[in-house]
Amino acid sequence: MPEGDVDRPVVDSPDGGYGGFPERQPADDPSKNFFVPKLCNHCAHSPCVQVCPVGATFESPDGVVLVDKDYCLGCRYCVQACPYGCRFIDPRSQTVDKCTLCYHRITRGLTTACCEVCPTGARALGDLKNPSDPIHDFLRDHKVHVLKPQMATGSKVYYADLDGSVR
Amino acid sequence: MEVESLLSQVEGFMYPNEIELQWSVLIVLYPFITGLVAGAFILASLERVFKVEEVRPTYRLALLTALAFLLVAPLPLQLHLGHPERSFEMYLTPHTTSAMAMFGFVYLWYLMAVLVVEIWLDYRRDIVLQARSRTGVLRWVYRAMALGSDNISPRSLEIDDRVGRFVTIVGIPSAFLLHGYVGFIFGSVKANPWWSTPMMPVVFLFSAIVSGSALVLLLYMLVSWVRRTAIDMRCLDTVARYLFYAFVIDFSLEMLDLVHRIYEADESFHSLDFMVKTRLFGSQIVVQILLGTLVPLGLLALTQLVRLSNRARTGLYAVAGVLTLVGIFAMRWNVVIGGQLFSKTFLGYTVYKMGFATREGLLPAILLMVLPFVILAGLIRLLPPWPDSATRREPV
Repeated sequence: MPEGDVDRPVVDSPDGGYGGFPERQPADDPSKNFFVPKLCNHCAHSPCVQVCPVGATFESPDGVVLVDKDYCLGCRYCVQACPYGCRFIDPRSQTVDKCTLCYHRITRGLTTACCEVCPTGARALGDLKNPSDPIHDFLRDHKVHVLKPQMATGSKVYYADLDGSVR
Repeated sequence: MEVESLLSQVEGFMYPNEIELQWSVLIVLYPFITGLVAGAFILASLERVFKVEEVRPTYRLALLTALAFLLVAPLPLQLHLGHPERSFEMYLTPHTTSAMAMFGFVYLWYLMAVLVVEIWLDYRRDIVLQARSRTGVLRWVYRAMALGSDNISPRSLEIDDRVGRFVTIVGIPSAFLLHGYVGFIFGSVKANPWWSTPMMPVVFLFSAIVSGSALVLLLYMLVSWVRRTAIDMRCLDTVARYLFYAFVIDFSLEMLDLVHRIYEADESFHSLDFMVKTRLFGSQIVVQILLGTLVPLGLLALTQLVRLSNRARTGLYAVAGVLTLVGIFAMRWNVVIGGQLFSKTFLGYTVYKMGFATREGLLPAILLMVLPFVILAGLIRLLPPWPDSATRREPV
């Protein structure tokens, strides 16, 4: 829209239409930018829990996947097995580490740090095991996706209106 | 910092934990070494179970080779672990759903229930004779190895042979288990399309037979050359023929896997295809497939089709054997390293930078590959595998 009277917009033809419209951006240039937070999906059927040779990675009774750092061998099989790239080796302890879903907070009735600080409330923590938790209404009423559903990991991190290009 | 230099070579988009490889050259050595063990043992069992008498001169050498390499097999893993001192936890509290947790048990079973028992039974007569005739420290070494047994009557040797045959029969599926299982460790990772295929254990098995046979073939030639004894050409031809057959099957299986991937062209295909044509081109297409498979297969085929002199055949076998080992090593490399060069997003690629004198660098890898030969030399001194040695096992 050319500068001028904002109440009376006119369609602009660059260079009066000579040379047509400007070239479109090449396909490999990002045409849209958005932020997708990636965290441990705390899968119900975790490949990382399955492959850990000593059970240092385990699922807590409340369904959170955790790592016992005093037990981890640092073999990195779980890093290979996680389809989401959520695990890494802590160079200080030489053991594996990842998002704990702020287990130290949520077991005291608090929400996770990321949900706590999110200024727009885009992140929310729900209790999937509690049938009266409002998260169930949200999952029913919205279009929600999980990452890499073909991996059948039973991911418990849901994204509303996720773009199809996200992996 | 290392990650920063890697970042400049990352192409596209990767998860942050994919930039630096998790499994290094040491994890390449692990399937390579266990493959040599399984292959050498399966070659040895040809004589024992399937009565292929021609390969007899390599029988004991193959067993000792398998033992020497098996003793080294866990070392690269130990060196790689963030906490090697905790590895015994796998025995105490194994996690039953983990493929890796079974390693300790498969390893111990193969070492203690198969290989050591078979070697001991086969050498018992020699050990007892040595314990009687030697003096000094060696006398005590052999006495310890005899485990208190002193009876070498024909009847007891016959029992040794019968039990040994039974152990070998149990040993064949055990050798298959040992290496098929290593293939399963990779083949069962569904997150990684380069690894995740039920073909993996089968391909690992046949490539194990190939590499083990090639190693024993080369060692037999080397040992004959060092000892200045004539090579038994019937033996060499037979081992080479079995190597050729196993290689044809192995290559067919690998090509089946490749054709299947190309034809099916699933979501990972473009990413993997790009990787093979760029970052893996040298090690996969040139070294593994051309130099390490097609050339030795051609050389071995030549020896099957054309009548050649003993000298020419020996030369061709030597070249084919070395190239085969290089090719199988490249195959392990391409599986382990190749499986980590592309992103699980299928949108990016990284590089592998190997250190030299670092914990998981080239130097420890070389030392770990030299070590089994040192152990083998020691074992050969202690338990000579020569058919013409004074301690020859009488045919029973």
